[in-house]
Amino acid sequence: MAEELAHEGTDGAPTSGGGSTPDAPPALEDDAARREVAARADALVARLVEVCGDAHVYTHPHQLRTYESDGLLHYRASPRAVVLPSTAEEVRDVVAACHGERVPFVARGAGSGLSGGALPVEDGILIGLSRLRRVLEVDLVNQRVVVEPGVTNTEVSKAVAPTHFYPPDPSSQVVCTIGGNVAENAGGAHCFKYGFTTNYVTGLEVVLSDGEVVELGGKAADGPGYDLLGAFVGSEGTLGIATKITLRVCPVPEHVRIMVAFFDTTEAAAATVSDVVDAGIVPAAIEMMDGPAIRAAEPMANAGFRTDAGAALLIELDGSRAEVSAHFEGLNEVCERNGSIEIKVAADEAEAQRFWRARKAAFPAMGRISTHYFVQDGVLPRTKLTEVLKRIEELGQEYELQVANVFHAGDGNLHPLVCYDGATPGEAERAEELSGLILSACVEAGGSITGEHGVGVDKMCYMPKIFGPSDLAAFERLRRAFDPEGLANPGKVMPTPRLCGEVPGPYRQHPLEVAGVAERF
Amino acid sequence: MASVPSEPFAERAPANGSPAGRQDPPSRPLAEREARPSGSLPTETPVSAKEVAELLRSCSDEGRRVRIAGGATKLGWGNPVEADVRLSTSGLTEIVEHDPGDLTAVLQPGLPLAEAQAAFAREGQRLSLDPPLGEGEGATVGGVLAAGDSGPLRHRYGAIRDLVIGVVVALPDGSLARAGGKVIKNVAGYDLAKLSAGAFGTLGVLVEVCVRLHPLPQHTASAAASTDDPEALARAARRIAHSPLETEALDVAWRDGRGGVLARYAGATAPEQGRDAADLLDEEGLEAHVLEDDEKPWTQQRNGQRSPDRVVVRVAGLLGGLERVVALADETGAELVGRAAIGTTWLRLPRAAAAAVERVRDALAPHACTVLDAPEDLRAALDPWPALDPGLLALSRRLKERFDPDGVCNPGVFAGGL
Repeated sequence: MAEELAHEGTDGAPTSGGGSTPDAPPALEDDAARREVAARADALVARLVEVCGDAHVYTHPHQLRTYESDGLLHYRASPRAVVLPSTAEEVRDVVAACHGERVPFVARGAGSGLSGGALPVEDGILIGLSRLRRVLEVDLVNQRVVVEPGVTNTEVSKAVAPTHFYPPDPSSQVVCTIGGNVAENAGGAHCFKYGFTTNYVTGLEVVLSDGEVVELGGKAADGPGYDLLGAFVGSEGTLGIATKITLRVCPVPEHVRIMVAFFDTTEAAAATVSDVVDAGIVPAAIEMMDGPAIRAAEPMANAGFRTDAGAALLIELDGSRAEVSAHFEGLNEVCERNGSIEIKVAADEAEAQRFWRARKAAFPAMGRISTHYFVQDGVLPRTKLTEVLKRIEELGQEYELQVANVFHAGDGNLHPLVCYDGATPGEAERAEELSGLILSACVEAGGSITGEHGVGVDKMCYMPKIFGPSDLAAFERLRRAFDPEGLANPGKVMPTPRLCGEVPGPYRQHPLEVAGVAERF
Repeated sequence: MASVPSEPFAERAPANGSPAGRQDPPSRPLAEREARPSGSLPTETPVSAKEVAELLRSCSDEGRRVRIAGGATKLGWGNPVEADVRLSTSGLTEIVEHDPGDLTAVLQPGLPLAEAQAAFAREGQRLSLDPPLGEGEGATVGGVLAAGDSGPLRHRYGAIRDLVIGVVVALPDGSLARAGGKVIKNVAGYDLAKLSAGAFGTLGVLVEVCVRLHPLPQHTASAAASTDDPEALARAARRIAHSPLETEALDVAWRDGRGGVLARYAGATAPEQGRDAADLLDEEGLEAHVLEDDEKPWTQQRNGQRSPDRVVVRVAGLLGGLERVVALADETGAELVGRAAIGTTWLRLPRAAAAAVERVRDALAPHACTVLDAPEDLRAALDPWPALDPGLLALSRRLKERFDPDGVCNPGVFAGGL
């Protein structure tokens, strides 16, 4: 029972992969099939103990409980066993053993993912990768770092500091693992300028669902063959388990400047974002909070944010000192032209950190003013921001629920928080319906159902909103090429009629969010 | 290609191509030049995605193999293809959408990249992708994506795999599969767009490509410096690569014992940044100067990736190993251009025997060396692709079989004879 709560936090999901058996878990309703899987899993446990040692194979219900959910707490499933290998070889042997018994497996990093990607398969095997946490090589000459999947996102940047950094920075970066980041193609606040995990992974060692090990890419670009790295990153643990990850890192920019501009309305803030982009300015980050989000966050962060404002834009510029200064003037001008009521520029590093804290406090702070909330992860074309925000406001009024908006404005990635009181009968259901309608508004505006949290189990039933049968069939071709038997993280990503008949339950805050250690966005 | 994918050398077409059929449509202005004279294939020119899918299905049903061609500027790359019909994307040349406010565009595959860039430029934007455009500037969006080709801007903006945010692919079963979408940030579904990049059309025919755009820079300026010392060259390139300067492109070139470093900057203060870079190059013992009118050297760099009469070998190297590749260029009489930080370089070898290419491969192992342009006799004598490791080959075969079970799409052209 070693690690559980220690790493129970915030990371993306697993690094595993595979195909989904349409009739497989997580909700095995067919008792006979379920008993059969359970029997095979029992045979497997002895082998897992051989591979990883008794101390690293959990089968007691108390031990398993820790792993029943990831960061999306309203889904639960109990695996037959949790196994915690400590090396890539052990991972390979564990997967080969699962394959031998045809028992499905799910990989898990820190378990902080927000789409249920690391939700166990009922009576399958959960493979926790938190013990694979070595930084294997720091190769700064070539601007690469090679790590095991259990290394946290923050540790990667630490390993190459102070001259270099690793750009993708999901908000859970202190706890979330690189393996999970790879599985989910993690983003973060800086991806408007710097891109996503998929733009930084140059090589992977992957254990396929039959226990075979393949090397995809390496340190160099332009290796031969299909871009399987591109296919693997973001495949949500369904194509295999990454056991060694090679990442590109970047030199730390010469200069960083941060400002926050306040506006009366979200419309004015949204227009500012468009004008910034039209002016050819590419900020490192451009984040928006609406009035309710500011008023929730400010008391917690004490960043000096104006609580009478209707919207705040947090803008970070980085690059050469000269270029940053030139754009900074342009930014001020654009904000003022759009009627900004106040612009605050971070005078020093401490103030810059306070600004960011206000942005990052929005989610845990929301938990203090509302007992419950749903967080949504929708994407829309940036030019539709005003239209969709208006629609969200109307929906909130119609449903008599408060919606706070905090989001990555540069790339149109919304994270509306739908607040509700779980103690009021029917309110959770109303909130969930509202949350779903917000997603529909994003899709109707030409956007997507998820920008960075992933599909997992949470959104697989939304997949048909944006993909038709032949699109889904093509996805299945890819999945089956990697995992013909559907053993790696089955029941995720791809919609199945049976699973999509079910309605997810209300959202509950993760303990790390309550503690303010991590937040969802 | 259902169960037994062909080996690289098993599918060589007869030297004079396939039996005569219809000639290429005369309306096509570009010389449709295959490395082998197989231009006599009957050509189909579908004008919609649906027509492409239907054509593929009928070919699949009838056992006809399809050679996919865009601007026909890179048909000599990869293994020769034995095909029964040529599918030209020259009937699909529209800009379907350009949304300047969202910095995205939806393009048809047969659209020449140069035309797309001209349209984007009218809105002050560009697709940050600048590969050599080949004969008559004919390279198309689909062709560049399928070949995974790139240019100097890759340094900052990534390769086309990093710029494509959605695709629609016609598959041999007649279906149209869409992946990704029209928004830059999107993790819904599998990334078939990246899988299509560099797949040489072996997994289906691209019929729509959605890309992210960037603003055109206000100004550009480049720092340029030359030297006859390979180690000084490599050191200087690394100095720039590791500096906090926001470099737009970072190239090296080498020819006849002499070469240089070229670093490009963009934005309001481009010349100032260029001077900062020049200072760094000076500190490394090179003599640097700043070019404010800097288009020409970059065009030369791009052009250095292609050759009508030499043998072009693309070396997948690393920033730390530049010296070694430069030294080899001298030993073999090759001209070199390359992306210093990416690590990829192109060697233009004098007209050479296959043994010379193999010597390059041996000398640079384990870096993957891919033969791109090469005379026909040389291409017949070696595998242009680096060998795939057996596990990777097996996985790649499974993938090909899932998407193209009958081996309809560009059969055999790709690495591993896929």
